[in-house]
Amino acid sequence: MRRYSAFAIAREAARYHSGWERAWASPEPKKKYDVIIVGAGGHGLATAYYLGKNFGITNVAVLEKGWLGGGNTGRNTTIIRSNYLQDTSAAIYEKARSLYETMSQDLNYNVMFSPRGVIMLAQTEHEVRGYQRTAHANALQGVKTEFIGPQRVKELVPIINISGPRYPVLGGLWQERGGTARHDAVAWGYARACSDMGMDIIQKCEVTGVRREGGKVVGVDTTKGAIDCDKLGLVVAGHSGVLADMAGFRLPIESLALQALVSEPIKPCMDVVVMANTVHGYMSQSDKGEMVIGGGTDGFNNYTQRGSFHHVEETVRALVETFPMISRLKMLRQWGGIVDMTGDRSPILSKTPVEGVFVNCGWGTGGFKSIPGSGWAMAELMAKGHSPLAEEFGLNRFAEGRFIDESVAAGVAH
Amino acid sequence: MLILHCPYCGVDAEETELHAGGEAHLKRFGPGSSDADFESYLFGRENPKGVHFERWRHVNGCGKWFHAARCTATLEVFGTYSAQVLEPPQDIRDAITAKRPGWSWRDIQ
Repeated sequence: MRRYSAFAIAREAARYHSGWERAWASPEPKKKYDVIIVGAGGHGLATAYYLGKNFGITNVAVLEKGWLGGGNTGRNTTIIRSNYLQDTSAAIYEKARSLYETMSQDLNYNVMFSPRGVIMLAQTEHEVRGYQRTAHANALQGVKTEFIGPQRVKELVPIINISGPRYPVLGGLWQERGGTARHDAVAWGYARACSDMGMDIIQKCEVTGVRREGGKVVGVDTTKGAIDCDKLGLVVAGHSGVLADMAGFRLPIESLALQALVSEPIKPCMDVVVMANTVHGYMSQSDKGEMVIGGGTDGFNNYTQRGSFHHVEETVRALVETFPMISRLKMLRQWGGIVDMTGDRSPILSKTPVEGVFVNCGWGTGGFKSIPGSGWAMAELMAKGHSPLAEEFGLNRFAEGRFIDESVAAGVAH
Repeated sequence: MLILHCPYCGVDAEETELHAGGEAHLKRFGPGSSDADFESYLFGRENPKGVHFERWRHVNGCGKWFHAARCTATLEVFGTYSAQVLEPPQDIRDAITAKRPGWSWRDIQ
């Protein structure tokens, strides 16, 4: 693999850009791999990458039914933060956030990590107390956040209306090193690094069955034929339940549509990420100038990767009071992705009843921010059989009543 | 927008008038049941990509709970029916069979 650098740009400029290589190879599948990862989104590719980088396991295939990063990795609002209440969550999300800091250098691929800061607005007295509590918890967890007053919020976000009649801004939870990254680049960067280690990334290859012998996985059936493996990682977000069904077990998840939208591009007006959980909307400005807006999930099971206009209206209606200037913006486009929600709104990183099959799912509405941490922990779990970061996210927590309850802690899509 | 027919008040209600109540026909396991049954009752869900039976409440209308049979892959609605039943009635099953031959859902066919 030729490294990307300022020198490489100069070299290619001098020869009409004729020397750029394909970023990753697209081989036909081999007969057998040590490890097969199903799902070439951020989490699947990160899992493969850390299997190779941290454990030297490179006889790996990553199978993708569509195209690389075409699921939720390419459909999210790219927010990165780690200001969670529970210790277990904070550990894995902070691991992910810290890996984002150096990801461009590690992968030799510019993922455009922009630690511009994330504010979660407190717009009710209840939220003020909740976020003060989270700030204290974060201090103990070693996650740098602080609770700031309304004037500081106004300084950070000049376009905000802090004295709205219904939902005045009473303060906010501020994480200075949170921010955004380029979502496609994260998938592309991992794919390039995986391909460079000799792993096979096979797109347009849908898994149609999981072959087992004596309670142990031996391979998968795909639209490109049967492929054998010793270990299988299911990292497919919205379709986790479908894959689990093929492997013969059930997951405590439900698949819902989550949608987002962007406005027409405008001049730079907001250089932080703002989340308003009471009114259920969040917004940031992309490098292209579009206001990127996200809201809550639909309430019903749905696999269609489509949004609905009344949810757009709900989200925007809520944000207009806090950001009056967006009322005149036109919407450029909206889209939906399928998220897999667990009962406690925390992910599942776990062994399964089938020996050799591991699942990484249930990231719900908060998958993008956790990609590197999730891959790191999943790789360790698959290579060694246990991982400190993943330990409490096991499937057995539902039977044991040992929840990592972020639905109450966050009170919102996260 | 999803439109469901409320079997109680007869209104064809839009999604904004309704509240989704999750998977239908769950068998309740309470005190004295095994851990596995209790876990399955609380958290185990079919979550199929296809035919799904679910509960809805006509919250901004007559306020009644009812059942719906719907396809989660296409958002097609096969029909709605009373909440006072333990299984989908035959006419709903027939309506599904007409569109999705060979469907099954838990032990219901």
